[in-house]
Amino acid sequence: MPALRALVYAALVVLAIGLQLGPFADLAINGTTPDLLLLVVVAVALVDGPQRAALIGFLGGLALDLAPPADHVAGRWALALVVVGYLVGLVRDDGRQGIVGAMVAVAAGSFVGTSLFALSGLVLDEPGVTVSRVLEVIPVAVLYDVALTPLVLPLLMALARRLQPARDDWVRAA
Amino acid sequence: MPSDRDSRRARAVAGVLALAAVTVIAVDATADDDSPVDPLRNASGEVFGPVEDGLDEATRPIEEVADQVTTVDGLRDDNARLQAEVERLRAELETVDLDRERLESLGAMRRLGDEHGFELVTAQVTAVGPAQSYSQAVTIDAGTSDGVEADMTVVNHQGLVGRVLRADVHSATVLLLVDASSVVGGRLGADLELGMLRGDGDLSDAGELTLTTMDPTVRPAPGDVVVTWGSRGGAPYVAGVPIGRVASVQSSPEDQSTAARVRPYVDFSALDLVSVVVGATEPTTERADPTDTERADPTETERAGPAARAEGR
Repeated sequence: MPALRALVYAALVVLAIGLQLGPFADLAINGTTPDLLLLVVVAVALVDGPQRAALIGFLGGLALDLAPPADHVAGRWALALVVVGYLVGLVRDDGRQGIVGAMVAVAAGSFVGTSLFALSGLVLDEPGVTVSRVLEVIPVAVLYDVALTPLVLPLLMALARRLQPARDDWVRAA
Repeated sequence: MPSDRDSRRARAVAGVLALAAVTVIAVDATADDDSPVDPLRNASGEVFGPVEDGLDEATRPIEEVADQVTTVDGLRDDNARLQAEVERLRAELETVDLDRERLESLGAMRRLGDEHGFELVTAQVTAVGPAQSYSQAVTIDAGTSDGVEADMTVVNHQGLVGRVLRADVHSATVLLLVDASSVVGGRLGADLELGMLRGDGDLSDAGELTLTTMDPTVRPAPGDVVVTWGSRGGAPYVAGVPIGRVASVQSSPEDQSTAARVRPYVDFSALDLVSVVVGATEPTTERADPTDTERADPTETERAGPAARAEGR
């Protein structure tokens, strides 16, 4: 089961990054696309807790840092998503929250994630990162992520729950 | 319920991972040219290049259908048979339009290549960097196996798109002109004056370039055409490719400089087919311009006036 779960999560991460950079670029609002990888990390955090979410956040973030056409210092998304996975995992309610709970979790995660990424860019003095631009991008990103939550998160969470070991059955029944 | 031990372990794991991320950032940020992260970037390009390409291919029909649905909204009340018929015909028409557009842009790029004596490799844009990343770069589906290498010029049928930042085997990353870190040498078509064009990093696809002329006494006029100046050896930019038109001019008396805003010809929000200049061939045009024969050599073109070429587009 753990091997299968790792495989499914790896596939989810690759698919999320591919969709986020490829087809979803056509649906961009002012250049901002939904953070699908962040939604995956939040779903894992809500179902599996902080430890696994931090790990998925780190590995997925690193992949997003390195996937073309990324052109920033590597490790910035990794850092942002580790924190998102850990924090959302801490405040979860064993995956029993409804869709509103999930949307709040995504809103918080998206805000923390995009802010941390922007902040590391400001600290490193990366080209193109300015405070005014950051303030333009973050609200759009958060709203876009929250808007997609009802469509995407239930599916991701159901999948994550199915992959959990049998001893967690009572959580599903509750 | 999570036990105390579990939460302590989670905290430790998250802490270690955050430190690892900071380490990666530190290693990549302090390395100048040869970052130890670069091989990883190439490896990830090998994985994500084909994934992005595949997803782009797979979702193309969906995009066409989605465009379709919004155009037939007004026909909802018609009977089902007619509606289906209209939809089918429209879908056909739309793809014809799309095909024609692509064909036209291919033709225009070919002409550009022929006129300037460029050898072009045509590629498809498969992924676009999001605004959240604060950079303007795209992935194309051509790489070193097609002859694409770093620091090559990328054009489309409208003009200069940018340069190749990194090339993997089957994909490459292109830095767009409008990225905040992009600098291009340009020549004002009207009087051949030189200047540097910097991207403003605007993320909403309405990006403009800032032109600073080398000679501060030169005042660009709105409407002036700007073409590439061309670097020695044609890398990263070959000479004579149209960049854009001067949109507005501001001069500041205190530092005696003039900054002009240049609107690029290329529509960066609708990038589809692009061409990479992989080399120079003999020009095939039969224009009487004697400088034509020298265009194969990029260093020669630097001296030859590109104004005629700018008009020729």
